[in-house]
Amino acid sequence: MTTIALPARKVQFRLDATAIVYLALFALLVIGSIVVAARGGGVLLDQAGILKILTGCTALGLVAIGQTLAVVAGSLDLSVAYLIGLCSLVTAEVMAGQGSMMLPAVLAALGVAALVGLVNGVVITALRVNAFIATLGMALILKGVLESRYTGPAGSTTKDFQRLGYDRIGPVPVSFLLLLLVAVGAWWFLARTRPGYHMYAVGGDIESARVSGVRTSRTIVLAHVLCSLAAGATGVFLASRLGSGAPYVGTDAGYDLQSIAAVVLGGTVLAGGRGGVAGTVGGVMILSVLDTIFDDLGVNSFFKDVVRGVIIIVAVALYARGRLARRRLVTPPAGADQ
Amino acid sequence: MTDPLVRMTGIRKKFFGVPVLRGVDLELYAGEVHALVGENGAGKSTLMKVLAGIHKPTAGTVEVAGETLELSSPRAAQDSGIAIIHQELTLLPDRTVAENVFLGREPTRYGIVVDRRRMAAETARLLDWLGEPGISPTAGVRGLSVAQQQVVEIVKALAVDARVLAMDEPTAALADHEVELLYTMVRRLTERGIAVLYVSHRLTEVYDLSQKITVLKDGAMVTSRPTTQLSSDQLVRAMVGRELGELFPDRATETGDVRLEIRAGGNDRLRDVDLTVRAGEIVGVAGLQGSGRTALAQAVTGVDPLARGELLIDGRPIRLRNPRAAIAAGIAYVTEDRKSEGLALHQPVRDNALLVRRASRGALTGVRQRSVPGGSTDVDDLLGRLAVTTGRSNDEVRYLSGGNQQKVVMAKWLAIAPRVLVVDEPTRGIDVGARAALYELLRGLARDSGVAILMVSSELPEVIGMSDRVLVMHRGSIAGELPAGPTEEAVMELATGYTTALANGGAT
Repeated sequence: MTTIALPARKVQFRLDATAIVYLALFALLVIGSIVVAARGGGVLLDQAGILKILTGCTALGLVAIGQTLAVVAGSLDLSVAYLIGLCSLVTAEVMAGQGSMMLPAVLAALGVAALVGLVNGVVITALRVNAFIATLGMALILKGVLESRYTGPAGSTTKDFQRLGYDRIGPVPVSFLLLLLVAVGAWWFLARTRPGYHMYAVGGDIESARVSGVRTSRTIVLAHVLCSLAAGATGVFLASRLGSGAPYVGTDAGYDLQSIAAVVLGGTVLAGGRGGVAGTVGGVMILSVLDTIFDDLGVNSFFKDVVRGVIIIVAVALYARGRLARRRLVTPPAGADQ
Repeated sequence: MTDPLVRMTGIRKKFFGVPVLRGVDLELYAGEVHALVGENGAGKSTLMKVLAGIHKPTAGTVEVAGETLELSSPRAAQDSGIAIIHQELTLLPDRTVAENVFLGREPTRYGIVVDRRRMAAETARLLDWLGEPGISPTAGVRGLSVAQQQVVEIVKALAVDARVLAMDEPTAALADHEVELLYTMVRRLTERGIAVLYVSHRLTEVYDLSQKITVLKDGAMVTSRPTTQLSSDQLVRAMVGRELGELFPDRATETGDVRLEIRAGGNDRLRDVDLTVRAGEIVGVAGLQGSGRTALAQAVTGVDPLARGELLIDGRPIRLRNPRAAIAAGIAYVTEDRKSEGLALHQPVRDNALLVRRASRGALTGVRQRSVPGGSTDVDDLLGRLAVTTGRSNDEVRYLSGGNQQKVVMAKWLAIAPRVLVVDEPTRGIDVGARAALYELLRGLARDSGVAILMVSSELPEVIGMSDRVLVMHRGSIAGELPAGPTEEAVMELATGYTTALANGGAT
């Protein structure tokens, strides 16, 4: 039998987005160290600096990992910030300072989170509400609950429980190690398991996925449940840091948009189907390193936000350029019509 | 004869009360290519989707190897060995070959972890079996050529242990030379005992490949016969009730002054292009995929402008920096990809038809207000004259048939009363009946309003039947020019470059 000589495409060498993210992170650390030293801000990566960077990573990292799953599946979740606040309150109130209630408190918080994610997912798939609107609506509902029931911090977590937020090994917080564990788990889930594969498929082209036999609705619901669970875990972690629950701990830090920013900064395409957890972790670290550098330099907060905004836009523009260049090469010239 | 592998009996299907299939019977045999032809809306795709479990029939049964199927989901159909290759490629460009092939059916360990090694090995085995070991299972699909992607699509279909493969317009996305590859593929499949249901508009393919032909019209079966017992004239008559030769209108008897001229034009996809198109003339542009056909169309219309040389409209040199400048100069461009570039699918017919005129209101001021044939640019009037099904100008465009969609695209350009009209693949995905109407429309524009038409097409019969002159492109330049009614051989010789040197000597 003869083999058909298929015209092969020229393969171009191109760094993938994740590699770019980590190169950028490395460059930022080097440049940051030099600038901080030169401007008399001391050493960027001393014990305190590392601790600050890694602590800054943990909460945002957790939310952003969850957000990555939602975004990869072609969705997104705007309700995470309020959910974080709610879950911190559930944790602290159920625990109410009693050591014996530690586990039930965490489980209750995660249960609430899973429920919220389930509702998000079902509204998006069964009621066919656009994810932006559905989760924005959920955010407003949660906001209503928080505003009507709480005026400030409530509940309390035990001293033992607060060790989760404060214990560290050398300059590395234990919580950061836990974050890495979650990150590895999420990476493994997306890159190695069937539901993970299906999230890429659904986010890449939901119609293709459907006709290929992927249960698309189930996949989207799962992505939202996991995303909310990650937000719930963030709430639990913040309750441990604060010693109590705080209704606006998630929104004050802007975790909804920050997490999406970290995800896209990490090279995941907002439209879905492409990207991953590794990039997100890099994105989160870039944001955290930036914060630390600015603090060391004593930069005012307006300037901080401007730089952060510019970086996110530039990064996404760079990724888009890379993809566009590649798409030019391979677009089926005869638009597969009809 | 042996028993059929698939027997569909009395299939009926209604959408929102509208019958689309009215009791169709179809039998497929192992190792046989069965062509399913018919105009758009005849029910071909619907029948295929019933077979694939995507649509549940209102009535009727489907048996596979004697067993009646409960066709309720794509998965159930897959489990009984029915695979479908859709019109559009359904591959995920950002995933690898193996990931695409096993999408939705990934082999797992412990029920959840994807067995990537097995997936790659299985994919390699299937590629090998199909005689395409050159494609790596771990390669990203985005980096493959369209033909390779088609192979992956077939492998994906086979990965379900398919016994029946339904292909819906499989050549729609392929270039001419890639079609031959697909033929080889299909023949290999039948050699291996797979029953192929082949849906296509292109009659050449039907005759090249099939052993049996079934013709559908308005959801009912017109005829079903062995291919050898059905001449192409009979086939066309069965489909549309008219003869093949009547498809093309008469050529131009007289032409006007030179409307469009390019002198030594070039950019990064074109070189040394010289051409003229006169008012009232239809000039066909033929050539293989990648020969610069579309690049030429895009240069003339300012989408990808010329970097070198001169472009003249009515004898005046014009620099077209972008499509807006081209529109202001009276150049209209009907692109090959109607759905993504030609129409706003979710907008009503009328708004689509007004799109260019509204957008270019500023650009057109200062230009003499030209009029379209009949003396009016009123869009409703225009749509009426183009015979877009009347009374539907508030419907969203996506509900129209391919032929009517193309008419809407034409309407949107005619609304600016163009002097030059560039059409790229004007009848792609449009059935035979609607084609005749579009041909008549194009010819009418040239004849009655003196529009200079440049028609790019990969369908040789169309180029040959319609053009007053044919330009053949090869590697970004014009390999030669042929007078009206050239033979297919003459065009192909130029297109493949065999006679480039000779033709350059002879061409103007």
